[in-house]
Amino acid sequence: MPVVRVRGPLKQLAGDCSEHAIEGASVGELLVELERAHPAAKGWILDERGVLRRHINVFVNGERGGQETPVDAEDEVDVLPALSGG
Amino acid sequence: MTELLVGTKKGLFVLEGEPGEPFGVTARAFEGEPVEYAIRDPRSGRMLVSVTSPFYGPKIWYADDPSGEWQQAEGVALPESGDIALERVWVIVPGEADGTVYAGGDPGVLLESRDGGATFTVNRGLLDHPSRPKWQPGAGGLCLHSVVTWPGEPDRLAVGISAAGVWLTDDGGASWHAGNEGIVARYLPDDVPGDEVALCVHRLQRAPTRPERMFMQFHGGVYRSDDAGQSWNDIAPGLPSDFGFPLAIDPADADSAYVIPLVADIDRVTPDGLVRVYETRDAGATWTPRGDGLPAEQAYLTILREAFDWAGEGEALQLYFGATSGAVFGSADAGESWFDVATHLPPVLSVAASDAP
Repeated sequence: MPVVRVRGPLKQLAGDCSEHAIEGASVGELLVELERAHPAAKGWILDERGVLRRHINVFVNGERGGQETPVDAEDEVDVLPALSGG
Repeated sequence: MTELLVGTKKGLFVLEGEPGEPFGVTARAFEGEPVEYAIRDPRSGRMLVSVTSPFYGPKIWYADDPSGEWQQAEGVALPESGDIALERVWVIVPGEADGTVYAGGDPGVLLESRDGGATFTVNRGLLDHPSRPKWQPGAGGLCLHSVVTWPGEPDRLAVGISAAGVWLTDDGGASWHAGNEGIVARYLPDDVPGDEVALCVHRLQRAPTRPERMFMQFHGGVYRSDDAGQSWNDIAPGLPSDFGFPLAIDPADADSAYVIPLVADIDRVTPDGLVRVYETRDAGATWTPRGDGLPAEQAYLTILREAFDWAGEGEALQLYFGATSGAVFGSADAGESWFDVATHLPPVLSVAASDAP
């Protein structure tokens, strides 16, 4: 089962757990399920349209990915705020 | 003792002090996050704060004690079935009905709470307005920045949207009609149709003792309405510039308004290196500069639309405004003289004043 890793406020909102084994065939499916399982995180990663927030990056096995990126059972997905600000 | 809730680019600052003396920072919250707006609801004492994280999206939080635990309000989002998302919450305003709180946001949406700000729902009348496809965002987005209640009549509201003009409801938000007659937008052609709504309203305020009267700072224009916002009259003559963002009033005087002119839309700083607040006490017929105690040389400040507020009224009127330089200024005598409230805050996005609890 793929694993989604979160940190910082997302970790706190996701039950204070940094690693989540979730069923799904794409990054988008994993993130929807993560927010469903942890309602406190709803709207923090995906907006109300279900679109990945602009300044949230996802990496699959260390490679930059997107919502449509397919995932396999052994994949690791990191969800990180982008390097941005001012 | 007066309390100021100062929303900054780097968090919420709670300041307290005696009018006329420098204030002290008594609390911080949401450190490092852009706090667009913060207000203490005078009915409940609850503090409500809008935070637009660049990463995690817009949220509203509430707490009774700024140093305590903050709760995230629910429902601060648009319908999941739609094709637009909430981008930012610009303003939070207590309503007239018990427990009612409004929040205005981008893209030109009004959120409503009936439980003091714990849960919100979107106003469908405005969201689904048939003219919405013609609405255009201003430089700061399609922001609903002004929610103007009508004392004693909870069903009557006016909202200002940049750049979609003034919208009025008399039925609690079930239906909305435009209130833009008389507004002249220099950035539009002269022969633009009369129902054009691409109007960049910067700020609205209502005179509570004469609620059919409102004042508007426009994107190049200062206006007064005497018919509840249906039509507007130019009251800018006498000002050094008709461009600016915030607008304040003395709630005891329906003929009063205060603006802070900036040079122009292409140069959004205080003109001539002087920081001056301009006051009218005759409904805009004449304007008086108020600058005693404000920076008087080499001062090129930008004051944003939500960064000017007041506490008290009449001779005891206190005025406060903050600049993107991080300076906050105050007046304890209705603008006659000014003092430094704080000098080195992060860029100020909003200021809300009230009696300290």
